[in-house]
Amino acid sequence: MSSTVLKEAERVMRVCNACRYCEGFCAVFPAMERRRTFTDQDLKYLANLCHNCRGCYYACQYAPPHEFALNVPRTMAQLRLETYRASSWPQAMKGFFQNNGLLVALTTALSVAVVLLLTLLFQGHDVLFSTHTGEGAFYRVIPYAAMVLPFSALAGLVLVGLWKGFVSQWQTIGGLPHDLRHGSAHLQAIWDVLRLKYLDGGGHGCNYPDDRFSMIRRNFHHAVFYGFMLCLASTTVAFVYDHLRHLPAPYPFWSWPVLLGTVGGLALLTGTGGLLYLKRQMDREPAAPETFGMDVAFTVLLFLTSLTGLLLLVLRTTPLMGSLLAVHMGFVLGLFVTMPYGKFVHGTYRYAALLKNAVEQACENE
Amino acid sequence: MGLSQRVACLTRDMDGPVERQGEMIGTETSTSVGPSEPIDVLVIGGGNAALCAAMTAREAGASVLVLESAPVEFRGGNSRHTRNLRYLHDQANAVLTGPYKEEEFWEDLLRVTDGNTNEALARFTIRESNNVGAWMARHGCKFQPSMRGTLHLSRTNAFFLGGGKALMNAYYATAERLGVVIQYDADVRDLDIEDGRFAAATYETGGLTRTVEARAVVVASGGFQANIDWLKEAWGAAADNFIIRGTPYDKGRMLRVLLDKGAQPVGDPRQCHAVAIDARAPKFDGGIVTRLDCVSFGIVVNKNAERFYDEGEDFWPKRYAIWGRLVAQQPEQIAYSIIDAKSIDLFMPSVFLPIEAQSIREMAEKLELDPDSLERTVANFNAATRPGAFDAGELDDCTTEGLAPPKSHWARPLDTPPYYGYPLRPGITFTYLGVAVNECAQVRMQDGTSAPNIFAAGEIMAGNILGQGYMAGFGMTIGTVFGRIAGKEAVRYVVDSLKGS
Repeated sequence: MSSTVLKEAERVMRVCNACRYCEGFCAVFPAMERRRTFTDQDLKYLANLCHNCRGCYYACQYAPPHEFALNVPRTMAQLRLETYRASSWPQAMKGFFQNNGLLVALTTALSVAVVLLLTLLFQGHDVLFSTHTGEGAFYRVIPYAAMVLPFSALAGLVLVGLWKGFVSQWQTIGGLPHDLRHGSAHLQAIWDVLRLKYLDGGGHGCNYPDDRFSMIRRNFHHAVFYGFMLCLASTTVAFVYDHLRHLPAPYPFWSWPVLLGTVGGLALLTGTGGLLYLKRQMDREPAAPETFGMDVAFTVLLFLTSLTGLLLLVLRTTPLMGSLLAVHMGFVLGLFVTMPYGKFVHGTYRYAALLKNAVEQACENE
Repeated sequence: MGLSQRVACLTRDMDGPVERQGEMIGTETSTSVGPSEPIDVLVIGGGNAALCAAMTAREAGASVLVLESAPVEFRGGNSRHTRNLRYLHDQANAVLTGPYKEEEFWEDLLRVTDGNTNEALARFTIRESNNVGAWMARHGCKFQPSMRGTLHLSRTNAFFLGGGKALMNAYYATAERLGVVIQYDADVRDLDIEDGRFAAATYETGGLTRTVEARAVVVASGGFQANIDWLKEAWGAAADNFIIRGTPYDKGRMLRVLLDKGAQPVGDPRQCHAVAIDARAPKFDGGIVTRLDCVSFGIVVNKNAERFYDEGEDFWPKRYAIWGRLVAQQPEQIAYSIIDAKSIDLFMPSVFLPIEAQSIREMAEKLELDPDSLERTVANFNAATRPGAFDAGELDDCTTEGLAPPKSHWARPLDTPPYYGYPLRPGITFTYLGVAVNECAQVRMQDGTSAPNIFAAGEIMAGNILGQGYMAGFGMTIGTVFGRIAGKEAVRYVVDSLKGS
């Protein structure tokens, strides 16, 4: 047992495994019941399998002020954060998970400032603040090479960082290498992700923001997830248009990139805005104070990225287009740079845990 | 509000479904009873039976005050430690895998109580529990199918998602939404009862003593198992070493008051449901996790390192309830279950880590037993075991020969280190003494009459039906059935008395 958090998680799981009243809420408790004792790997796996729906906290007869003082969601969130640090690649970056909220905010501010300043420096005041329309308008503000090359390189780095993190996390939670090729387990895990199965608290929703059951958080999270996916699709289609069909942006409103991006952006705005609103309302007791900044920073960053993207769409024929483009690209840059070192990794690491859970379920049913 | 209006209001939709009540409740709340006017129905207690009574009475239009002695965090009495409820149903449903009909239900009850029950009242309870799950769901209860360790109850018992505390949270939320007034930290000290008729209750809250008048009272404040002094009346000083598995708030004060004021007692005052639990459990409120399921796989010795009962007499679930008593009869009310490495994975994991030793001698030292005595006891036991085909799931043929007391099943020599030890103490679940009631949940008096406006529900009257033994999820059945009846009959009494005056 290395850390205080691990010790606490072991204590909590030992009490839970002797009780088992919560087994109907999510995947954590059935996975716990497959074990009698808990290795560090087991605990880290369970922590990442926890979706923080909080059903178990309000149902717990041993929650504080009971002398056992069990707080499963908080303990799991604290342990998750430890695994985020331990699995970050390169390891030199693990410190980023300390004061993550502040660091993500600073990085983003810096990104926005850099893009704005570079544009101003190389393109000049006139280019930035005049009206550009028609084919290639965006590239007249930020030249093609300056836009595509750094972002492609960065996207590559981000993917490597996320993949390395995933592989490290897979080991951390005790996953076996050959299980990564378990096809049906992947299908099961993907299905769990697409439905956000374990934010449904056994069919009635999370106990979020308070002790009542509600699907609201799951729905907002769906909006974020699918909004993000639509924006990703929009960017991909635009990339294909630009490079394979030689149709440079901006595209008309009734085109796939703009439609996908608009719907995705609106979903992201609604979802992140809703999640932030709920976070303001939420009961702080089951939450881990040390992850608050990380959660908020990432959600705000997504919100601002989609907001500036949508504003860019609305105002792209006005003199504001240039600066909005620079600001939007600044936020996208901030999002990319911090992606492997912030809340975004909860997606890949949760997937690893869900995959392991699906493998275990498959073994059990054999 | 005028009297006729109030009566009309109270009688409306007495048995109607919840959904239709909202409107009427709304008007009732807006013209709520003034401070000078007594409350219609006072509910004393804050567990399952109390909340069932309060919601039922409120839905029938009564003004309802609940006085719960615990603070909000520990509300719900022993119900917060429960997990399921057994109810009559003709066919399978979303959470129950098959029918459970009256005769089977009754025979199950007859078996666990060894006939120590009131057949008329018991059958009435069983019949009244018919499809009560639907009523519970309408009042916020969320059910889940049984999983893994509870599959043997999947046909008869409906499990609450998240357990009893989640159920109580849902009931409190529903009660508040309906307009039931709930006061926590309200410890009722005395009842004003004249000629078997209730007038007012005195309670303490935040250092103040208050009196509240009510037209009817439902007493649903549990048994007295958390009252060590009372337990001593039956058990003597041994009770100091008892661990109370449930709420520390069940002091039995209302039970004492009712008995002192002429209520007819029911159930053996000297009996309680006592199981052997981990001695390291908290004094109160340890709940389910303090159980230990290892007894039948090893030996159990007392302070003198001597065995005292057949550990393998029958399956543990059929025997755990006698082991509380057995341990209570040992010196200093302590015993130790000792198993070896062969058995460590055969039972539910327990909350406290076992005491581990590489030899019997080392185990004795760690348990502070006489090493020579323990070695002798284990040697005698090992020598008496006869080879057999061990099977934890059967009453197997691993038994002892020429040993007193014998071990009838699962007797394998203790010879494979590490050895594991668990200290045991008696853990009290509930007491059997209660007040007698009739089918209207009215408290019966020693003079043979029934108190017109004093109703009882839950553990305080469970002894009418469950005279001894225990059946999983049946305490909640009694609480739910009699809570609802008490709520309904209390309102009926209030309506009749308002009409009559």
